[in-house]
Amino acid sequence: MRDIYHSVTLDKDKCRGCTNCIKNCPTEAIRVRGGKAAILKSKCIDCGECIRICPHHAKIASTDDLKTLSNYKYNIAIPAPAFYSQFSEDIDINILLNALKAIGFDYVYEVAEAAERVSIAITNYLKKNDRTAPSISSSCPAIIRLIQVRFPELIENIIPINSPMEIAGKKAREYGVQLGYRDKDIGVFFITPCPAKVTSILRPVGVKKSYINGAFSITQIYSEIIKKLSSINEADLENLQKSSGQGIIWGVSGGEKHAVDYGNRLSVDGIHNVINVLEEVEMGKLNNMDYIECQACIGGCIGGALTVENRFIARIKLERIARRYGQKFSVDCDEVLADYKKGEYFLKEEIKPKPIQPLDKNLGRAVEKMKHMEKILEDLPGLDCGACGAPNCQALAEDIVRGYAQELDCIIILKERVNELAEKMVALSKTVPPAMGIKEPEEEGTNNWD
Amino acid sequence: MKSYKSDKKYLYADRKDKNHKGKFLMSMRFDISGGNLDSAGEASSTIKSKLKQLGIGYSIIRRVAIASYETEMNIVLHANRGTLSVYVAEDHIKIIAVDEGPGIPNVELAMQEGYSTATEQIREMGFGAGMGLPNMKKCSDQFEIHSDIGKGTKVMIVIFF
Repeated sequence: MRDIYHSVTLDKDKCRGCTNCIKNCPTEAIRVRGGKAAILKSKCIDCGECIRICPHHAKIASTDDLKTLSNYKYNIAIPAPAFYSQFSEDIDINILLNALKAIGFDYVYEVAEAAERVSIAITNYLKKNDRTAPSISSSCPAIIRLIQVRFPELIENIIPINSPMEIAGKKAREYGVQLGYRDKDIGVFFITPCPAKVTSILRPVGVKKSYINGAFSITQIYSEIIKKLSSINEADLENLQKSSGQGIIWGVSGGEKHAVDYGNRLSVDGIHNVINVLEEVEMGKLNNMDYIECQACIGGCIGGALTVENRFIARIKLERIARRYGQKFSVDCDEVLADYKKGEYFLKEEIKPKPIQPLDKNLGRAVEKMKHMEKILEDLPGLDCGACGAPNCQALAEDIVRGYAQELDCIIILKERVNELAEKMVALSKTVPPAMGIKEPEEEGTNNWD
Repeated sequence: MKSYKSDKKYLYADRKDKNHKGKFLMSMRFDISGGNLDSAGEASSTIKSKLKQLGIGYSIIRRVAIASYETEMNIVLHANRGTLSVYVAEDHIKIIAVDEGPGIPNVELAMQEGYSTATEQIREMGFGAGMGLPNMKKCSDQFEIHSDIGKGTKVMIVIFF
């Protein structure tokens, strides 16, 4: 389990042990134990659904402290495109990026610009004949983890190209080196809309080590930026805004589909919707698709659990901003293509499957356990109430077979057993020893209330 | 392509047969009603998730998923009713689909990619591309089909581990 790190964690003091999160977790990765939620590390994909749903705000995403900036000599912020949509539309994006710089960074490199590069790279990758169709976007880390855990057979469909965040990290680092800084003195920090990105920085998939040193959430730095915005002097502005609408639009669902220009493209958002579509891919139903953009959050990155603005309003704003900056790529397409051919955009490591543990390593024993599980499921009430701490009866049956739970964890079964016991006690209390017996215990069975 | 003579041989997968030495372990059986698109695909979905819990290799699961989905959809789209059975043995998985339906007049033709008898209505729903049977065959190590006009169709697919 050492290789599994998660940014989504629990604040035990705030958790009241309700069942909201267990019932909304797309991978059934949460159980309630001892009155507190417990996250099963092997199943969690850091999508942030539980952060959103928890009424007590007990689920938190661990991000970095702004103090970590002092560990590096040259700090670069790389804001996600979704960042642009969080503020008033009257604010010019370049001013916004300068305000971001002012909270403690030396430079800002836009992930939106890297997204343009990735769009060009993906368009070229899709022209390959030997890829497994349909190709699935690799930009949303929660989706990559979902595929590793729940759809390992679809790993070969994932486009082996780095996410815009990683490419931005790489470019930002190169910029710092050009200025004469040593690699270890450069701090690159992602301004993140979601916890999944934080996990992918600390435990990257497809690369040995992330180009990024840490992450700050949009919610975390929001008020700092608002403060800086009022004190920005227009005369001191640095030109930080370079990206075009093609990159900015990546912040909303459908944006990738728009920026990538090849073949039959599909865009899906919302983790439950993505699961449905991946099920269809698994059954070979979508082989006529070339590209599937999958976003764990409804609306795309603007719907991330660590954003401030309402996702529907954020969408409108980001679409308008993207339109303002035009459809023409700001990057040099030929340069990107040359780098692509050199292999600079490709993942350096294989994406490994992390399938859910089988019921047993031995197929024969696994079959036995499955039969046992089905038998247990028949006896369970089918209420899917969650009072046992598992999200539904099916999950409880599986937990029982795996040895993590027992049948009496089900309150309905417990009540039945108590009833049986009570009936036995009543019957027993009416029996009279023969020595004292005058008459038979009367009207046996009348206590039967059904 | 051979057609099989007796159903029984295939319906009892636990019986020893010279090609399949692995011991029979379990079976799943699903009744499929023709024309019912509300629950279409549910049987294949259940099969898939059970095989995952059993720890069957995922390349095998993908083939079983495609094969079972195609057979299930063929029953839903073309037949009146049918059953989809999956037998798990130590070294292979066998899928048997038996339906009561119109039957396939020319099996050889139906096995060709792109050949379809689907109505315009079905094609509009995204089905009937004429890839069903060829896809099933591609996924299987052994594939047998037998059809009786006016009675129905039987398909047997074996996928070895």
